[in-house]
Amino acid sequence: MSGSEASVVVEDLTKRFGTFVAVDSISFQAHRGEIFGFLGPNGAGKSTTIRILCGLLLPSSGQARVAGVDVAREPELVRQQIGYMSQKFSLYNDLKVIENLRFFAGLYSVPAKVLPERLAWALHMAGLEGREQTPTRDLAVGWKQRLALGCAVLHRPPIVFLDEPTSGVDPVSRRKFWELIQQMVSEGITVFVTTHYMDEAEYCNRLVLIDRGRIVAMGTPTELKTRSLKGQLLLVECEPLGPGLEALHEAPGVLDAAVFGSSLHATVADAQGAMPGIRAALEARGLKVGRLEQIPPSLEDVFVNLTAARDSKPGRAA
Amino acid sequence: MSLRRIFAMMRKEVIQIWRDPLSLLVIFAMPIVQLIIYGYGVNLDIKHIPLCVYDRDATQTSQDLLKHFQATDYFSIVHVGGSYRDIVQRIDRGACTVAVVVPPQFSEDLQAHGQAPVQALLDASDSNTASIGMGYALSIVQAYSQGVQIEWQQRNGMPPATPNVTFQPRTWFNEDLESMANIVPGVVAMVMAVVGAFLTSLTIAREWERGTMEQLIATPVRKLEIQIGKLIPYFVIGMMDTALCAGAAVWWFGVPFRGSWSVLFACSALFLIVVLSLGYLFSVTAKTQLAASQFALLTTLLPTFLLSGFIFPIDQMPVFVQWITRILPARYYVSILRNIFLKGTPVRILAENILALGIIAVLLIIRATRAFQKRLE
Repeated sequence: MSGSEASVVVEDLTKRFGTFVAVDSISFQAHRGEIFGFLGPNGAGKSTTIRILCGLLLPSSGQARVAGVDVAREPELVRQQIGYMSQKFSLYNDLKVIENLRFFAGLYSVPAKVLPERLAWALHMAGLEGREQTPTRDLAVGWKQRLALGCAVLHRPPIVFLDEPTSGVDPVSRRKFWELIQQMVSEGITVFVTTHYMDEAEYCNRLVLIDRGRIVAMGTPTELKTRSLKGQLLLVECEPLGPGLEALHEAPGVLDAAVFGSSLHATVADAQGAMPGIRAALEARGLKVGRLEQIPPSLEDVFVNLTAARDSKPGRAA
Repeated sequence: MSLRRIFAMMRKEVIQIWRDPLSLLVIFAMPIVQLIIYGYGVNLDIKHIPLCVYDRDATQTSQDLLKHFQATDYFSIVHVGGSYRDIVQRIDRGACTVAVVVPPQFSEDLQAHGQAPVQALLDASDSNTASIGMGYALSIVQAYSQGVQIEWQQRNGMPPATPNVTFQPRTWFNEDLESMANIVPGVVAMVMAVVGAFLTSLTIAREWERGTMEQLIATPVRKLEIQIGKLIPYFVIGMMDTALCAGAAVWWFGVPFRGSWSVLFACSALFLIVVLSLGYLFSVTAKTQLAASQFALLTTLLPTFLLSGFIFPIDQMPVFVQWITRILPARYYVSILRNIFLKGTPVRILAENILALGIIAVLLIIRATRAFQKRLE
């Protein structure tokens, strides 16, 4: 194990709530100075994992080490080393912007000498300069999120955990937020982030795809896109979509097919070889075929493909 | 333990209290309202009982007797009746509680036989007032009767008989038998129960409800630092309210104060620790403000009002209820308050109560501290 380089080491981690298994023996490592993404649908176990890593939940079995410390044994030691931003906004709405910052600076024991500089830095980062005295409740969601991030990193922690930091935030604010994350990483901070936005996953250095408590794939976005998809990807435009999907499933050489926005994506072993057969199969049903071409897979394709593979296993839940 | 973190918690809590209208209302307005209600509203002294008289004799003698009724504070003559029907109607209507009827031959009988009956009719639907009214009426008539007897003996050339037993009561501690002197010190306990338990019951539950707890417990602040930092502001507020209520009792309501202020504040601090711990315990276990505050009020305000001896004397309660009162911290505190106000500092009585409060305080502190965990489960 490269202990010095791994910021987060998770081994065989399981969390049960009663009979429900929220996290099912997962293992992974996040390295220093990378954006480590946790991607999956709602209820996949992302928040549960992040809460275990912050010492907010006890694991049922397995181990989690953050900054070299066992979280279950020494949670307070870990908490000084991390910043955490929960999924739900959880600063004090009845406090002013500066009061929230001062409160968390106090809890993290930010030294008095560097306090003014850190507060100024956090205000600048959140774009809230000049609005120190604004009641936090009056801020728009995007600003609230950036203030929450500021509060979580006032003590300059080496590792930051962000649980769906951009849910419910408008696209412009989302992009700005990711710029902040990238800036932190450039300073050597490890950022552990969960999201269910596929486009955000592209920002991550490494990714874990999680579904129903299990890791379905792991790697860099490029690795995932090239390795995890068994075959090549075709974009199929046809009218109407429903019968088109049906026809695709039955067309020769098609391994899998799914709807993507206003068009269809088909996974095939050999793109060039399969295209004529597919066009013929669709036209034979009287469907109007538009574009038909090979495309590079997106993470969404990978994800849909991998989770669909699990779904088609026998004994799956309805 | 880090003073820095405790101070950060305290400061945040004070800001939140200061911006919360409900908290401010409870802290500043509630003690004053309670002082007014209990200081003026709850008066257990029964005076000015409405009285109706029907003088069928209408002589100098019968008027003499009725003047005795007029002369006391205990009765107010609200009506002079002209017939039985008239009097009965007034009792029915509730216009008077007691009616005194002097029979037609009253003065004649008194002259001739040295003996004459007088009738009293009582509305006993409020049994307490009725029996007290009966007692007052009885003692007025007896006093009158004694005077008549001495006069009669003198007129008939007998030496005045001195009564064999003379009763010479001296009331201690509350010389004027004012129920206010008994009740107002107890208001301090009522106010502390509300400020201490009710306000603190909201403090942790509020963080769970608003979702701020998750962020808070992800920081390195220790659970004891959260507890201390949150409770110190309420402790200070509680002591301020104690001073307010005790000061009002002495300088506004004129309740005697014979003990030492420092002992009063020391005991109040102990009681405050008990109610703060109780409120905190509920806040930690209930996780919603509504449930926590209901529990807090149910276990502090109500028992303090009903079972602490604040208004209803404990030794008049059924034995098993008396046993229940022993686990009530307010019982000991109310007793301490009364003793300090009215008796001074009787060490033995205070020591017993302080010891009991101390034991409860230690148990609750341990329980409350253990109940809170920095986890989401």
